[in-house]
Amino acid sequence: MPKDDVRCGEFFMNGDTACAEGAISAGCRFFAGYPITPATEVAERMSERLPQIGGVFIQMEDEIASMNAVLGASWAGIKAMTATSGPGFSLMMENIGLGVMLETPCVVANVQRAGPSTGLPTLVAQGDMMQARWGSHGHYEIIALVPDSPQEMFDLTVSAFNLSEQYRVPVLLMADEAVGHMSEKVVIPEISSKELVNRPRPKVAPEKYLPYDSRKGLVPPMAVAGEGYRFHVTGLTHDDRGYPTMTAEAQDKLVRRLVDKIRLNIKDITKYEEVKVDDAEVVVVSYGISARIARYAVQKAREEGIKAGLLRLITVWPFADDRIRELATAVKAFIVPEINYGQMVREVERCVAGKAKVRLIPHMGGGVHLPETILEAIREEAQ
Amino acid sequence: MTKMVTIEANPLDCYLRVDRIPHIWCAGCGIGPATGCFVRAIDRAGLNPDKVSVVSGIGCSGRVAGYIKLDSFHTTHGRALPFATGLKMANPELTVAVFSGDGDIAAIGGNHLIHSARRNIDMTVICINNFNYGMTGGQMGPTTPLDARSTTSPYGNYEYPFNLPYLVAASGATYVARWTVLHLRELERSIAEALTKPGFSFIEVLSPCPTVYGRLNKQPRGLDEMHSYQERSVIRDGADPRDVELSLNGPIVVGKFVDIERPTLWDCYRQVLDRAGKHKKR
Repeated sequence: MPKDDVRCGEFFMNGDTACAEGAISAGCRFFAGYPITPATEVAERMSERLPQIGGVFIQMEDEIASMNAVLGASWAGIKAMTATSGPGFSLMMENIGLGVMLETPCVVANVQRAGPSTGLPTLVAQGDMMQARWGSHGHYEIIALVPDSPQEMFDLTVSAFNLSEQYRVPVLLMADEAVGHMSEKVVIPEISSKELVNRPRPKVAPEKYLPYDSRKGLVPPMAVAGEGYRFHVTGLTHDDRGYPTMTAEAQDKLVRRLVDKIRLNIKDITKYEEVKVDDAEVVVVSYGISARIARYAVQKAREEGIKAGLLRLITVWPFADDRIRELATAVKAFIVPEINYGQMVREVERCVAGKAKVRLIPHMGGGVHLPETILEAIREEAQ
Repeated sequence: MTKMVTIEANPLDCYLRVDRIPHIWCAGCGIGPATGCFVRAIDRAGLNPDKVSVVSGIGCSGRVAGYIKLDSFHTTHGRALPFATGLKMANPELTVAVFSGDGDIAAIGGNHLIHSARRNIDMTVICINNFNYGMTGGQMGPTTPLDARSTTSPYGNYEYPFNLPYLVAASGATYVARWTVLHLRELERSIAEALTKPGFSFIEVLSPCPTVYGRLNKQPRGLDEMHSYQERSVIRDGADPRDVELSLNGPIVVGKFVDIERPTLWDCYRQVLDRAGKHKKR
C-alpha cells in the first residue's frame, strides 16, 4: 500500500470518521453503503477519501444492495466494507449469511441506535447484540467486535479486516451512537504491511483448485474473479468443489467447518480488557459506551474500599466463555450494564451457571447509564 | 439390456461444467438453449473466458451460473445485480454477465434492476422470462400476463405485468433486446453484441415452461409454446419499447429495441478519481 494513502498523526475526530480511516489503514479500497443515522459519517468520509487513493465508493439503492456489492467486491480481490445502523443492519442480514456461506472476507460496521423499528435514530442503544450473533438464518458462527472510543473505532476496524481475511468470514463492528458520534483524540499510526492480514490464496494450478478444499485445514484458500481459476461458488449447501450438494452429509460437513473455524480458534479471536479483576468480589461485565461508565463506577467503588473489577468485552462474538467460567468460581457477583433489556447478560448467566449471582442493569436506550446506578449495584452486591 | 451410447465432446464443452451434467431443467424448458446461446456468444465475441464472470440469483435461471465453467457466483434471490455491481466496480477489467429469471430480477430484485440501468454499469443481463416462478411450482409474478393461470392465480392473474424492455430503457439501459428461444441465431448474435458493448445491456429471452406455466395455460408440451412463439412473433428492430407489451395470446414483438451510447458508470467514476486529485491507474 502506498505510504501516502494513510494519513498518520494525531487527530481530533469522531468515531465514525476514525472507523473510515481504520478501514483505509487496513487496506480497504471499496465501500458500498446507504445513508443512515448515526452511521452516515462513515460513508461520507469514505466518499471523500477512497477516490483520493484509487479506491471505489458507491452509494447503493439500499442496504441489501450495499451488502451484496461488498461481497462482490471482495470476490474481485478488494478489501471491502459497509456501515449502517439498526434498520439497515436488519436488511443486510440475509446477505451477511451469504457472506458466511461463500466465506467472503468483509467488514460490516453497525453504529447502533435504539429500536425496535425506526426507534430513536439519533440516540444510543446496544440492542442489536443478539441480532449480530443470530440475525441471519441457519446455524453459523460470526465474529463481532465492540469499540469503546473513537481510537478503538480505528483500531478495531483494522482488527476486523484482519480477522475477516484470516478466517474468511464477515466481521461485525458493533459500535454505538455514543462512540460513533463522540470526538476524541485518535492516533493513526504507521501500520506495516506485516501487521495486515490477507486471505489465504491458492497455490495450485486452476485445474486442481477446489474453492472449499477441506483437506488442509478449516479456512480454504480463496481465488478471486479474473485469475483463471474459473471457480463456482453458491449459497446452496456445497461440497469442496463448490458444487451444490443436497444431502445431509454435505450439510453436516459444511456447517461443522463453518462453525469450527471460529469455535476452535476462540482463544486467538477473543479479546477483552480487565481492570482490577484479580482480587475482585464483584465484576462488572460490560462493553462499548457502557463500559466507559462502568470503568468510572469500578474506580469509585475501589476508592470506597470495595473489591470491584471490570471485564470489558472487546470481542463479543465469539463470547469469552472460559474467562467468565473461571471468574465465576472466584467472585460473588457479576453486574452487567447494557443498553438493552438483557442480551449479553444471557451469555454471562450461561457461563456462570449458577456459581455466582448475575445482575442485569438494563437501559432501554436513548441515553446511557448514570455511574451512580452501577456504583449502587456494586455496593449492594459487595455486602 | 444396457445400450452403449457414445457422447462426443462438444467444442464448447470448455465453457461448461460437464461434470455437472445432466442439468436440473425440465424437458422442454428454454433455459438450456439460452445457456447454449450464451456460451456460443462468448466464443463468438472472442472474449478471454478467464476474464468473464457470471452472476445469478435464485430460481431455475439462477442455476445457469452453476453449469458455466467461468468464475461464477450463485447468490441470493434478487441480488445478482448488486453483487455483480461490486464485482465490476472492484475490477473494471472483468466482463460481467448476469443470468436471471423474471421473478428474480423484476420482482424481488426489481429495485436493483432499475438502479443498475440508471447507473449504466457495464454489464450484460440475460433475463429468462417464462412468465412464472418455475422453481417453486408455477406461481404468478410481475411478468405473468393478465388473465394467465398460475398456482397463485387459479382464476386468472388480475395484475398488469411489466413491459421489461420499456422499464429498463426508461431507466437508462443503453442496449435492450428481446428474443424467444426459438430465435437462437438472433439471440446468440445479440448476446455477443451486448457482451462487447459498454454500458448496461438487457436481453429478455422468452422461454417455455411446459411443466408449470405451459400446463396451466393450455400449452402442456414445450413444443406448444415454441409453436405459439412461431405464430405470434414479429421481428421489429428499433421498435419503441412502449409498444412491445406482451399479453396472453397477443403478438410478441422481438428484436433489438435500444442501442445507444452513454458514458458508463466506470467512465463517470474515473472522472471522480481525477477530481479527487490522485487518479491511480487501475
